[in-house]
Amino acid sequence: MAQERQAAIVGIHEYPLRVAPGVSAMNVKVDSIRAALDDAGLKWSDIDAIYDAQDGEAGGGLQLAAYLGLRPTVLDTTQVGGSSYEFQAAHAMRDIAAGKCNVAVLSYGSTSASNRVAIGTGGRGGPATWATNMETPYGATLIANYAMVKQRHMFEYGSTDEQFAGISVATRHHAMRNPEAVKAMTDLQFVGVNEITPQDVLDSRIVADPLHLLECCMISDGGGALIIASADVARGCKKPPVWLIGAGEATKYRENGGDITTSAGAQSGPIAFGEAGVSPDEIDIAMIYDSFTITVAVCLEDLGFCPKGEVGAYVEGGRLAFDSGEGPALNTDGGGLSSNHPGMRGIFLLLEGARQLRGESTSQVPDASLAVAHGNGGLLGGTHTGGTVILAKD
Amino acid sequence: MAKRPQPRFPEPHTEPFWEGAQQGELRYQRCNEDCDDPVVFYPRHHCPACGSDDLDWHVSAGEGTVYTFSVVRQNRMPGFIDLGAYSVAYVDLDEGFRMMSSVVGVDDPTTDISIGQRVRVEFEEQEEGDYPIPVFRPIEED
Repeated sequence: MAQERQAAIVGIHEYPLRVAPGVSAMNVKVDSIRAALDDAGLKWSDIDAIYDAQDGEAGGGLQLAAYLGLRPTVLDTTQVGGSSYEFQAAHAMRDIAAGKCNVAVLSYGSTSASNRVAIGTGGRGGPATWATNMETPYGATLIANYAMVKQRHMFEYGSTDEQFAGISVATRHHAMRNPEAVKAMTDLQFVGVNEITPQDVLDSRIVADPLHLLECCMISDGGGALIIASADVARGCKKPPVWLIGAGEATKYRENGGDITTSAGAQSGPIAFGEAGVSPDEIDIAMIYDSFTITVAVCLEDLGFCPKGEVGAYVEGGRLAFDSGEGPALNTDGGGLSSNHPGMRGIFLLLEGARQLRGESTSQVPDASLAVAHGNGGLLGGTHTGGTVILAKD
Repeated sequence: MAKRPQPRFPEPHTEPFWEGAQQGELRYQRCNEDCDDPVVFYPRHHCPACGSDDLDWHVSAGEGTVYTFSVVRQNRMPGFIDLGAYSVAYVDLDEGFRMMSSVVGVDDPTTDISIGQRVRVEFEEQEEGDYPIPVFRPIEED
């Protein structure tokens, strides 16, 4: 069956700084939207749909429309943590296919680093709920929720710290080729801005057993924007379109007797691949939310790159590096581990996926034609979402 | 004495659970319908398996198995900052519900806790607040 090619990424921009004191999140969003429109060859007034993850100082989508000075015919304020942008891309696909809009903008701005937000090691605020009243007394940091997944994975399948470390090593390899990632690590005062070995990962301090510091993403400022357009509009844009050919959405949460090593991706992945009519072994570029090594590991399994429990052996030998010749190439921008993580990384998965399929990555895979962007929002091991989007070269 | 954050009220779902903790009871709910998955936890107003609102509270015998755990080495939350390394765990109670808790009473949480370990609930008094917090201690094997 021929793929449906009704919507495409036509404009992209990643805000270059990861430490941007004195800049507001709304500034980051607007600067990125303007640059993404320039990249597409579209103008401000062409935007007729806003997708907003309720980031930025002004609050959710309604305020963004007012701030931008636009009156969109579609306003989508889906907020599902780090996977918000995969969900929004899925919604933009179907809204465009339904004829509700032609030029959709997704944007992100955050000043997490400058504001010293303790994303991984701080507490959770907000009102008491049926869930927080059962968890807050135990001091489970965000990282601890992910660490408990890694602990169980190692117990159940015999995966090792060395194998998980390979994910950090491949990602850093890509980051060192990306000048913005190198600047990010420098500005955020990483101990060593260089290639790393598995032993370096194992020698880094443990933040929450069994997760080491070099298995954890950075906390940066940053943001970006993405323009998704209909096929008619895409044909008139400056750059080749990057088609959205399949998408899936899912949720998962703690259940009595449930399997913590299986993520929402096990539901969203097959839906997305099915809609696209492609299989994981055809994927050149795997943009998978690397909040932590374990997130990538579990999602590689759940998306079908290898069977459940076998990711350790799958990543051994360095296949995830862009120049391994094996593939899939993982997070070729340097990922959240080593390039950019202001809190909701999902937009960067789509941006780098699009760069690869245009031939613009700093770790370019020759002839890359298919990419998957998989966002994981919330807490792996607890309540979380999975959003999978399949991208295809023109 | 421990300084864990307290549950906060009003919060109608979890209030019976925490009243139980004050009486030394680890409470959970069961659905009274003919339901495939009748054990309900965390506390709710409905059965997530069938949607029924016909639920009753029961008291667990308080014994279970460590499903997974982590030892937190860094936490900036007040109440945990000075605690040193402490464990967070999911415990599968014998009645069929899984709860987040902490395994306490070991010399070194980084080496003395394991998946599959049998544990028993105890109610840890807190320096401040009205509610003791249910935590788990390894069951001594003969």
